[in-house]
Amino acid sequence: MIGRRLALASGAVTLLMLVAPGGLAHAHVQTGEASGFLTGVGHPVSGLDHVVAMIAVGLWGAQLGAPALWLLPVTFPMMMALGGLVGLLGVALPGLEVGIAASAVVLGLVVMFALRPPLAVAVALVAVFAIFHGHAHGTELPPGQSALLYSMGFVVATGCLHGVGIAIGVIHRWRWGQTLLRTVGAVVALAGIVFMWRAIA
Amino acid sequence: MSRRALTAVSALTAILALTLTPAIADAHLVTTGLGPVYDGLVHFALTPEDLIPALALALLAGLRGASHGRRALFVLPAAWLLGGVLGLTLPHSLSAPPTAISFIFIGALVAADAHISLSATTALAATLGATHGYLNGAALTQPPLGATAILGIATAVFTLVALTASTVVPLRAAWSRIIVRVAGSWIAAIGLLLFGWSFRPPS
Repeated sequence: MIGRRLALASGAVTLLMLVAPGGLAHAHVQTGEASGFLTGVGHPVSGLDHVVAMIAVGLWGAQLGAPALWLLPVTFPMMMALGGLVGLLGVALPGLEVGIAASAVVLGLVVMFALRPPLAVAVALVAVFAIFHGHAHGTELPPGQSALLYSMGFVVATGCLHGVGIAIGVIHRWRWGQTLLRTVGAVVALAGIVFMWRAIA
Repeated sequence: MSRRALTAVSALTAILALTLTPAIADAHLVTTGLGPVYDGLVHFALTPEDLIPALALALLAGLRGASHGRRALFVLPAAWLLGGVLGLTLPHSLSAPPTAISFIFIGALVAADAHISLSATTALAATLGATHGYLNGAALTQPPLGATAILGIATAVFTLVALTASTVVPLRAAWSRIIVRVAGSWIAAIGLLLFGWSFRPPS
């Protein structure tokens, strides 16, 4: 049994080494690497369509409470990175801008109506939209910058935007806060409609 | 061919693929002026490719409890040192894929708060340490670095695991453990992107 597993694992490692291109290993710290991190941080916050959608994820998580409160912000970066990976592998994603705009519309609406679907549905919804966001932004590394530091900045900024949404969502514990939160959801949905108009027009 | 022979051939092929795939390693360490031990120590602190997977393992061990933390504390630096010495003697280098796999695999385990056994933690620490130590060793062959710099790196690994695991082990509040899991998901996400970048030609 162990031998079979070892054989399988060895085969997988061999396959991986054969398909993954081996490059040069530069162990030195290169000049300008910090800009890769800053570029990554700046990317998610540079587009309002991304900002509102990611904050809406945090807002919805705060509305739903645990475990969605942390499960949605955990799901989003991982699926977003998967979307980025798909993009980096050269797989095109049709309707990219429409998908991003739709994420703002749908997430805005669920916050506005304070919808409480089953947890799996909520996670799946966020996961699908995250792929669009990752595909659009995860692959835009400027030449000469560190891919790792760019990825770190990109993921950290995304997580912080969720954190902002969760922090705002704290007001959900008060009645006036619930109303305000739903109003913010409506604003997000309206912004999404504008993004959709731009994407289609 | 018997099953045992097939297993042996597969393992040998994997080892050959791991050691022979890429060819060149250019290592230029940050020079502290304090000697190779400190150069190695600072190298680890300034190299997120090594720092973050080690941090992830320390988080995982911390989530699993004190016994896992203690095991990682000794196995990871020891394996790193051993892998480094091997890398010095077999100076070939791998690039992003093994690093990305470390990010993805260990990050996902942290995010899932995976209830792994003590032996699994040990195996994980040994594999991670040996792989990344090997990468370091292969990149630090020029004098006066070598084994002394690897010793500095192993010291930094020990310190990182000690500080991180001892911070995470006492965490009991749900929200504090969730923060650790969120960090794990970020690490896995970074790994996924890094893995993708390895398929892109350098710009």
